[in-house]
Amino acid sequence: MRGRALAAFAAAGMALSAVPFFGLPAFYESFLYLVFHWIVLAASWNILSGYSGYFSFGHGAFFGAGMYTTATLATKSGVPFLWTLPAAGIAAAAFGIALGAVVFRLPRLRGELFALLTLAVTFVLATIVLNTPVDGGPGLYLSAVPLPAIGPSPSSTFYLLGLALALATLWIAREIQRSRLGTGLFAIHDDEDVAEVLGVPTYRYKLAAFGLSCGLAGIAGGIQAMFISYVTVGETFSIAVPLNVVLMSVLGGSRHWFGPAVGAAVVTALLYAFTAGDYAVAGRAAVGLILILVILFLPEGIFGELIGALKRRRVSVTPAIGTADLPAPSAARPGKSEGQGQPLLEARGLSKAFRGVQALAEVDLEVRRGEILGLVGPNGSGKSTLINLVSGHFRPDSGRILFEGRDLAAMEAHRIARTGLARTYQIPRPFAHLSVLENVALPAMFGRDALPRAEAGHEARRWLAFTGLGAKATSLPGELNLHQRKFLELARALASRPSLLLLDEVFSGLTHAEIDDAIRLIRAIRAQGATIVFVEHVIRAVMELTDRIVVLSYGRVIAEGDPRAVMREPDVAAAYLGKPHA
Amino acid sequence: MALPSLTLLGQSLLSGIFIGALYGLLGLGLSLSWGMLRQINLAHFALAFLGAYLTYQLAGAGMDPLATLAVIVPCFFALGALMHWLLARFSVSAFNSLLVTFGLTAIIEALIQWIWTADFRRMESAYGEVKFRVGALYVALPELLTLAMALALSLAVWAWLRHTHTGKAMRAIAEDAPIAAAFGVNVRRLSLLLSGLSAAFAGVAGLALALSYTLAPGQIYAWLGVVFAAVMLGGLGNPLGPLVAGIVIGVSEALTMAFTTPAWAPLVSFSLLIVVLLARPGRI
Repeated sequence: MRGRALAAFAAAGMALSAVPFFGLPAFYESFLYLVFHWIVLAASWNILSGYSGYFSFGHGAFFGAGMYTTATLATKSGVPFLWTLPAAGIAAAAFGIALGAVVFRLPRLRGELFALLTLAVTFVLATIVLNTPVDGGPGLYLSAVPLPAIGPSPSSTFYLLGLALALATLWIAREIQRSRLGTGLFAIHDDEDVAEVLGVPTYRYKLAAFGLSCGLAGIAGGIQAMFISYVTVGETFSIAVPLNVVLMSVLGGSRHWFGPAVGAAVVTALLYAFTAGDYAVAGRAAVGLILILVILFLPEGIFGELIGALKRRRVSVTPAIGTADLPAPSAARPGKSEGQGQPLLEARGLSKAFRGVQALAEVDLEVRRGEILGLVGPNGSGKSTLINLVSGHFRPDSGRILFEGRDLAAMEAHRIARTGLARTYQIPRPFAHLSVLENVALPAMFGRDALPRAEAGHEARRWLAFTGLGAKATSLPGELNLHQRKFLELARALASRPSLLLLDEVFSGLTHAEIDDAIRLIRAIRAQGATIVFVEHVIRAVMELTDRIVVLSYGRVIAEGDPRAVMREPDVAAAYLGKPHA
Repeated sequence: MALPSLTLLGQSLLSGIFIGALYGLLGLGLSLSWGMLRQINLAHFALAFLGAYLTYQLAGAGMDPLATLAVIVPCFFALGALMHWLLARFSVSAFNSLLVTFGLTAIIEALIQWIWTADFRRMESAYGEVKFRVGALYVALPELLTLAMALALSLAVWAWLRHTHTGKAMRAIAEDAPIAAAFGVNVRRLSLLLSGLSAAFAGVAGLALALSYTLAPGQIYAWLGVVFAAVMLGGLGNPLGPLVAGIVIGVSEALTMAFTTPAWAPLVSFSLLIVVLLARPGRI
């Protein structure tokens, strides 16, 4: 696949780089340069914003940082133009990473707040540049900077530079989309917290994507500085860059590397057609109108809708693969049967309070290798909080969580996932825009074994067959019913091949027959050697499945031991039913 | 750095309060529709400028600038309600409302440029000439009017939300629209009312702009960052927030200008916005 794509890119590059040698009027070369310029800006923006959903309105700041780096180095330090370009990219990337290092630590700064923050950063940078010797007000002239003769004429030189950068950007965007990084970014787009708990290092991934995105925009800015040869704050940091870039990506389709390129070509041509005919004002209005219409009627973008239509057609032609015939999945953790009954997970003095409500108070708990431990208790007794602490969703206020000798209490959630621990959510939280198969393949890629993409796909198919979802592999989670979504949660947890599985109310909301199905499934999982902690209200399932139970009430352990004996204890009955009045 | 004189300092403080009042007036509708309806209306600024140009046009035809409100307010109310109907019809998310109204801003900007050209326009009115002297300080009537309108509208909305039956229903919608609907609140009608009001406030802010400022289509974006800073600093959906935060920002800008050069002023509002976002994202 990659070889063929590389050949296609090389062929496109060679064919397009021959264009200037046919003696095209300079005017066309300049127009095509602008198309390439916007392709770079839109496709680079899309690497963070389209893939991960962190819409930045600050692309102009990084583009501008590149522009001023080139302008400053070329005019004030006499650095040759081509050498200023890597510097422009590095300066913009460093600026982006520094910003991201602060912003991405704050989980609330998503969506519109991230957009506004990046926009504000643009204006702050503009004010600083305007008032310091970097610019100082009058702007910088690059007309005296010598332009290397790459093509037969200056306009063809810009054309070739733009072409090279556009191809490089698209290649990078394509490789990212198909890599581990891309898979992680798409998961972040749908549900960042779940992505982290499944093993995606979300902070590092966002930072890497932001750095690359900003760096490419910086290089584009460096070339543009030379192209327009007069750099001013007002033009550089205008709202036009983020507006156009967002429009192009949304118009073309922001979930695919090629979408922004389609949007960039369409919008540039459109703006140009209007400017050429003295209708610049109408052109801007048309761009605004198109943005509105696309959001309302083509939420996936032109290219996105096209791909979607093609995929649907292909699916309807090829019959579903008979996953039912696949061999049963290998043991979740083969060869782990030794040490049965030894503690696998130990919680010591675990406490957590939410705004004064003590959800867990000094809880001691032990999970033994190979057992199914039931965690029961009334609503609000701290069962889910316990699961959230162990899986790293929250940090405990105090206490230790030892898992195979390692303390999880201070570990980031994605590292916990890699130690071989997996969980399900009470209300299923699948990645809405990923197929059922991709949902299950993701933890296999980011779990303890960190399988390569193709192998993760095989593994995912096996677990889908195991949970009876084989026929739904290409569906989106939204097409599943509750019962299937619950099983998707299970398949997703199993695909990381955990040694400890935390199940949060798998049975709630299921019918009697569906519960029977689920009980069979959990027995089968256990038969393969996994240890299971099991939060449940359905007492029938608790009695049938568990070896031991722990009862929580108001954040404290009030009883533990054999299920039947414990359920008869008066404290336990009181916790569930209330105390009789004397 | 030379310390400015006391008179200059006083005059800066005063002008900071007045420009802060305009920030508050511009931010009021924005804060209400964002905080209560989860719609981020970027087009609010373009609407305010449209209002300013309409005031300019009507005043040029001989109308008293304050009387133009009788025309502008009902028209803008209808416009705002229509816009909300469109966003609700397509159930546009908070983020996409930002993009849709971004597009709308471009259209309104083009419309303004088409009708009134990109040249600067300045409304001539009897109000512009009037100045009062308080001790060593001067106060211009348009600025005083702006402050009065901002105070009146902010307090009126606050009282409406706090003390009236519909106001309480509106707050219930802001908390949880489906639950409010289940308790018999007419969510649709109240949302249309609030969007209409927000747009009408943009029209009033337009009057204030026309009274004190020279107009150009490109100026639409000049207010965006500062007013967003005031809205966020004041707390979304809090009717007094934009005015109070606006005055804080206005005064700090004015002091920055008095102590350094005017070109540094934008740094204050945007830095404040960034600090608010970084330090207290939970507030928004």
